Amino acid sequence: MSAVDVLGAPGAAGGQVPAAIPRRSRTHGLRGLPLQVKIGGGILALLVIVAILAPLLAPYGQNQLDFDHILSGPSFSHPMGTDSTGRDIFSRTLYALRVDLAIVVAVTYIPLPIGVLIGAMAGYFGGIVDAIVSRIIDTMIAFPFMVLVIAVIAIVGPGVKGVLIGVPIVAWALYARLARSEMLVMREQPFMLATTALGYTRRRAILRHAVPNLMRSCLIYSTLDMVVNLLLLASLAYLGLGAQPPNAELGSIIADGQSSLLSAWWVATLPGFVVVLFGIGAGLLGDGLSDGRLRGEVQ
Amino acid sequence: MTEQPLLSVRNVVKEFGLRRTVAERVARTHSEPHRAVDDVSLELRRGEILGLAGGSGSGKTTLARCIVRLIEPDAGTIELAGRDVRAARGTELRELRRRMQMVFQDPYASLNPRMTVATALLEVGRVHQRPGAEDGEQFVRDALERVHLGAGLARRRPRELSGGQRQRVAVARALAAGPEVLIADEPVSALDVSVQAQLLNLFLDLRDDLGVAILFVAHQLAVIAEVADRVAVMNRGRLVEEGETAAVFGNPQDDYTKALLAAHPHPRPARMAS
Amino acid sequence: MNPLLRIEGLRVEFGSEDPPLVAVDGAGLTVQPGEVVGLIGESGSGKSLTCRSVMRLIPRPGRVAAGSIEFDGRDVLAMSADELREFRAHEAGMIYQDPFSSLNPVFRIRDQIAETLRVNLDMSKSKARAHAVELLDGVGIPDPERRALAYPHELSGGMRQRVMIALATASRPRLLLADEPTTALDVTTQAQILDLLMRLRTERGMAVLLVSHDFGVIAQVCDRVAVMYGGHVVEMGPLEALYNDAQHPYTRALLEAVPQLESAGHATRRPGIAGVPPELTDVLPGCVFKPRCRYAQPSCEAISMELAPVVPGHETACPVRPFAHSGTQSETQARAQA
Repeated sequence: MSAVDVLGAPGAAGGQVPAAIPRRSRTHGLRGLPLQVKIGGGILALLVIVAILAPLLAPYGQNQLDFDHILSGPSFSHPMGTDSTGRDIFSRTLYALRVDLAIVVAVTYIPLPIGVLIGAMAGYFGGIVDAIVSRIIDTMIAFPFMVLVIAVIAIVGPGVKGVLIGVPIVAWALYARLARSEMLVMREQPFMLATTALGYTRRRAILRHAVPNLMRSCLIYSTLDMVVNLLLLASLAYLGLGAQPPNAELGSIIADGQSSLLSAWWVATLPGFVVVLFGIGAGLLGDGLSDGRLRGEVQ
Repeated sequence: MTEQPLLSVRNVVKEFGLRRTVAERVARTHSEPHRAVDDVSLELRRGEILGLAGGSGSGKTTLARCIVRLIEPDAGTIELAGRDVRAARGTELRELRRRMQMVFQDPYASLNPRMTVATALLEVGRVHQRPGAEDGEQFVRDALERVHLGAGLARRRPRELSGGQRQRVAVARALAAGPEVLIADEPVSALDVSVQAQLLNLFLDLRDDLGVAILFVAHQLAVIAEVADRVAVMNRGRLVEEGETAAVFGNPQDDYTKALLAAHPHPRPARMAS
Repeated sequence: MNPLLRIEGLRVEFGSEDPPLVAVDGAGLTVQPGEVVGLIGESGSGKSLTCRSVMRLIPRPGRVAAGSIEFDGRDVLAMSADELREFRAHEAGMIYQDPFSSLNPVFRIRDQIAETLRVNLDMSKSKARAHAVELLDGVGIPDPERRALAYPHELSGGMRQRVMIALATASRPRLLLADEPTTALDVTTQAQILDLLMRLRTERGMAVLLVSHDFGVIAQVCDRVAVMYGGHVVEMGPLEALYNDAQHPYTRALLEAVPQLESAGHATRRPGIAGVPPELTDVLPGCVFKPRCRYAQPSCEAISMELAPVVPGHETACPVRPFAHSGTQSETQARAQA
């Protein structure tokens, strides 16, 4: 429940729409979740499982060449067809998904807690601390993301290292900004004032009381962030700056298929659909979670 | 020999809007700072309920928050049993705060929505190392019983409780710290009338059975009449009248008090016979 | 005399589940021309929804599932979109509890009032602006020419409420629906707003349906009162009758629970009503008040919540009638202990 939800009903007299909590919808576990969350979460879960089990599921090796079957269309033996060197695209996609999802998760969920903490502190303390941190946040956000990442790659060399280092340098700032603005509202809420009145340390107030309430909107945002990061990764790979061949990455597979787009459309588009599918799953999940009423409460 | 008051507030001032913007400095315009609390003094004695009345903008909530230093007063002295509240820092301040707990107006927002009742109550006990806090379940049960709530509520979260129940839990949380003073800021204003009476009786019980002194802030005079032994009336930051509740309401001296009483919607309509 | 407003058997439901959540069940009341009727109840009573249903302004996912609402003989629930707009523009007006969120923060006061004059009364732009200032004057706003140019956030709560009243009464409706208009105001402002409403009623013969949870407010201005609890109207009658001789246990208990100024200095403890008002999902057989009622009988679980007259004009939904034969307080207490 975000800080805004807490503001809730306007007291006894208000309530033109009843603010009651329907007891029968107080389901625990998965049953009470909205449909979007279930579908979106399901798609993501499927992709993750497939990615983890890639070595078991892939019918061919990711670099298994087969010059007898170059650029052959989707068929029973090659569900996504083959590329210009006869490699099975389906297998390559599975392995690529593995790499890409791992990076996306790391690059999204490492900056998240760091950003939330910094933003929460800035919002809570205010004053000069907030002023300094806010300027840093603003600077980071103003940075052209791609340029920074490419610059980092120029230093450490191409490959996943560049992304793993470059993205978190900036990504934490987005979460910090979000957490900070929520904290500015939340710290005036009575339950936060109560932590001071109760004689709790500020550390306890921030970590035990504020952060759990801030996480929700940050997690919702992270679903969007994951998609952005995946696209970033794919774009870099497309430019040849990602994982180097022969390792598979979604972007590089798509890039390889670009030259044969008209004749062998499957090379570029089918892996592209996987990216789209990920985006749909993450988007639905984020939408469902941000709906505001997780367990069917009457608004 | 007069007994030393439990809570002593003297000449407290709180101004807002003191900082001038660069533009104002350049234009040399002078923005009058707004005195939300203007040289207010009052005393809360042991075992009494002191009502603090006034309309919106009277400064009563600001004063209440200044006492526990949720807002820092600009001037004045605040003493709890002789200890200087304004000068206290760190551990000493936290200990003083423990002894004067606050209850807020909005039952929907005064409890952490992500904590169960038990967690919130137990945290107080653990942080302040209250006697009995080692046995978590018993501590929570005792805390709930003090406010006449059943132990079954312990596992619930605030959104599963009614407004009246939430307020009671908020009071329980405050009491769990073992305070000598309770500062209640409009504690029943957001509750239904039928539930208000229950809460008011609870406050009376706390005074009678637990010996807690209560500063009861409210804008509804009738509510103050039901619980307060003495009342202090504020208007635009100043304390305009003070005394025994019956005396002040029966024979108001100050014009503002008179206006407040006159504007009070009388439940017995004048045009009814009898 | 035909009532200006007649609500009968109103049922408001929420949600798409089966069975749906019922917020108002079988509510009915009448308002005569020029009369002020109070609708009192606590949270969950359904009073706000009943009031809003007259204008068909129930927020989704709620809907009117049954019942009739007649305004001057015309069925409001059956009106077409155009007829409804006519009705809302000219016949009935509504004011709300929170004046701040009811005014658009980015438009000046004058322009908001002028808009309703241009749209509903077909006035020219300049005429509307001038008339807007007149209306502001009419609701007691000092220095109306200057105030008209202000934005909502520059006005106090009481002023904004006056602006809302000006907006709602600009086209001289015959019925004003007031949903907790003074709840968010402090006591002196409240008194002024109530005075204003009464003045408008006297000057224009406008009827008012006043929804409130505050007995003091109701008692100052209402001719008749309907008491709602748990989605039902449990008692209805003239103000004096309800005060001196309430027939429904809830009404009596509510009156007893109201804090009084006169209690100052006495050791009286007011009895609250044990328990909590029912929630939307609670399905209670028979009388919705039974779980909290001192006079409940086993037969109360089988009653319908229909109103029955005590004397003409005064009705109650309680068939037990513990206070019948104009029982005094001590009599009724004796009966309860028996």
